[in-house]
Amino acid sequence: MRRVTRETAEQAAFRSDCRAWLAANIPAKPAFRLPQGPLEIQTAEQLEHVRRWQHAAHAAGLVGCDYPREFGGGGRTQCQWIANQEMQAAGAPFLPNIIGLGMAAPTILHHGTDAQKRRLIPPLLACDEIWCQGFSEPGAGSDLASVQTTATRDGDRWILNGHKVWTTLAHFADWMILLCRTDRGEKYRGLTYFVVPMRSPGVSVRPLIKMTGEGGFNEVLFDGVELTDDLRLDEVGRGWDVAMTTLLHERGAGGLVTPRSGGSIGDESKSSRGAASLIPLVRACGRDSDPVTRDKIIKVMIRQRAFEQSERRAAVRALNDHPLRVPLQHKLLHSELLQDTARLATEISGMAGTLHITAEHAPSGGEWPLAYMNSYGFTIAAGSNEVQRNILGERVLGLPKTR
Amino acid sequence: MTRPQDFGFDDEAALLRDAARRLFTDLCPQDVLHRLVAADSSPARASACVWDRTLWHRMQDLGWTAIAVPSAAGGFGMSLTAIAGLAEQVGRFAVPSPLLSTLCATYVLAACDSEAATALLRRIVDGAAVSLAIMDRRGVPGRTDITEHQNTLTGTAWYVQDARKADAFIALADDSLYIVDAAEVTVVPDAINDLTRDQARLVLQNAPTTRIATTEATKVLQAATPAILVILAADMVGAAEWQLQTTAEYARTRVQFDRPIGFFQAVKHPLVNMMVDIDAARSLVYDAACAFDHEPEHAELRARMAKSAASDVASFCSGRSVQLHGGIGFTWECAVQIYFKRQKHSEVLFGDGPYQRARLAERLIGPL
Repeated sequence: MRRVTRETAEQAAFRSDCRAWLAANIPAKPAFRLPQGPLEIQTAEQLEHVRRWQHAAHAAGLVGCDYPREFGGGGRTQCQWIANQEMQAAGAPFLPNIIGLGMAAPTILHHGTDAQKRRLIPPLLACDEIWCQGFSEPGAGSDLASVQTTATRDGDRWILNGHKVWTTLAHFADWMILLCRTDRGEKYRGLTYFVVPMRSPGVSVRPLIKMTGEGGFNEVLFDGVELTDDLRLDEVGRGWDVAMTTLLHERGAGGLVTPRSGGSIGDESKSSRGAASLIPLVRACGRDSDPVTRDKIIKVMIRQRAFEQSERRAAVRALNDHPLRVPLQHKLLHSELLQDTARLATEISGMAGTLHITAEHAPSGGEWPLAYMNSYGFTIAAGSNEVQRNILGERVLGLPKTR
Repeated sequence: MTRPQDFGFDDEAALLRDAARRLFTDLCPQDVLHRLVAADSSPARASACVWDRTLWHRMQDLGWTAIAVPSAAGGFGMSLTAIAGLAEQVGRFAVPSPLLSTLCATYVLAACDSEAATALLRRIVDGAAVSLAIMDRRGVPGRTDITEHQNTLTGTAWYVQDARKADAFIALADDSLYIVDAAEVTVVPDAINDLTRDQARLVLQNAPTTRIATTEATKVLQAATPAILVILAADMVGAAEWQLQTTAEYARTRVQFDRPIGFFQAVKHPLVNMMVDIDAARSLVYDAACAFDHEPEHAELRARMAKSAASDVASFCSGRSVQLHGGIGFTWECAVQIYFKRQKHSEVLFGDGPYQRARLAERLIGPL
């Protein structure tokens, strides 16, 4: 999300290279239905379609551009946001390895050893290995530091036991970033961070079905899984600090820009489900002369414009008193904007808004009610928006901590 | 024109903003402001005009009346982005002065392109305060019941801001704009709730006048409206930031149930909601200012978005700032009341949120 004030010569040249490559290389729409975003990938053919897309986009230099070359990146500076804009504008499919790109890669880059970076980041960027995230547990949601999954030292290895939930992409994943307990005596200092090979003996994955009827997330059980010590990221007892790096990036406030294209997460002004798409919808539904509906649409459009302009303002030092004040709002604002836009779209659709995606005459293919339901994934995940408000109140306004 | 990614907020803009912050910190801190505008709590206070002329003279000496005047008329011709930075500080300190009214009038004059308009711009450079007399009884900008006859004006303009601080007025009659000197008009003060402004009806009876708009007044006002909306929105964003910071400070220090009340999410979350709404409105203010400076074809749309967001933020932050202060926030003694009233005034001035959104809907969705 960080942008420099003016484009450098490198950036301008990169933008035109991206545009030229995208014009020739965006895959045709497949015959089967693709989900709205990477979080709802269910079938192997869906995965294969978008996996090939990420592989090609990485090979062309559009994914991981700001990562060092020795770790499979493009070795550029401040170029990923340009590639993101161009991929979005060109209508590219979404990138499937979203947990890897958004969370695992920046965390490994910040906390990993040289050997870990060389082994793990290149296949992640190329989508040759899929990643998932093992943070939440049945008893540890908003209070993440209370995780009970335990790694016990056994000579030069660790034995892992426990239960993770809401694990997106676990059914396809090769690797997991894992936050677990290595000391029961210390809540925060008793946590350690690992990367876990998902094909290890003792790992089992059970699918969970979302309220929409879609799959995509899972629960993961560890029953005596053996981990070598070179799978540990950073020091024993530093897991909470490493997790903060992950979460900062997950919430759009980290130092590295996540490669993104298409799907429900991206540049909303260019998205088929952005606020501006409510205007053709309200006309098609014959409600464009209702003053109340008009006011609601304009309100959402203003919020979307404000969200984009806040991203622009976040890069202008003279217009920011606190460096994290705007970046820490990113996840909160974006998820609520998506939710309210989709909710309004279903309201505008009236009775036609009752129709499922499989219904023949559903407006916009029934994607709006589905997007509305799926939006709760975004307002709950990555630290619920209630937790985001705590963080903003505590870190920016200096209010006393809730925990 | 290319759009600067940093809104054109340059070193010059930062210097102006910092100078304003320093001046108001020295001459208009909260306790001084309260003693100045809230010395009298009786009903008679509602129609008084209370301001600090010394502070106004300092602003004149610093050349602030000249900042928006085009260089061709002897001014500094600064960007609206820079002026928005100044207006934020005026709002943050709730400064009673004719500065913002004069800046708004300046943009109307700059859109006139006539000798008489340029002459008044030169007076503004020299420190004159000018206010707009362009509303009727219903408070809609762009219509009055004033008529012109042989270079004199007769009729009434309503809701004229800072009327008793102004040296001259720009009056709308039929579809033309005119200059009237303060000495030629009868100012009938309104009793208002805002303690940091004065407002009046302007009654004109054969008042001698000079015509300034060579094109139709509607077009001139249309050209100036984005700048006026940005200035008002910036003032509200600045005042809302004061409301946020003051209320957050109270929540950090006021102890109930053995904890600072900011510990409780019923207090913490509304404060965060104030902050995120302020940030949205602030980004829209600089977006609109930058459009006015660099992409005038988008200026009206962006400015109406900014005014809509800022009016809503002014209303929301005002309500929360009183409520979260509890009993003390409901007293005359607490400075929160000063900002509450200024914000409720700014919220409706030149159109509140629903008004701006109705105009935006006409443009973006279609006429009703």
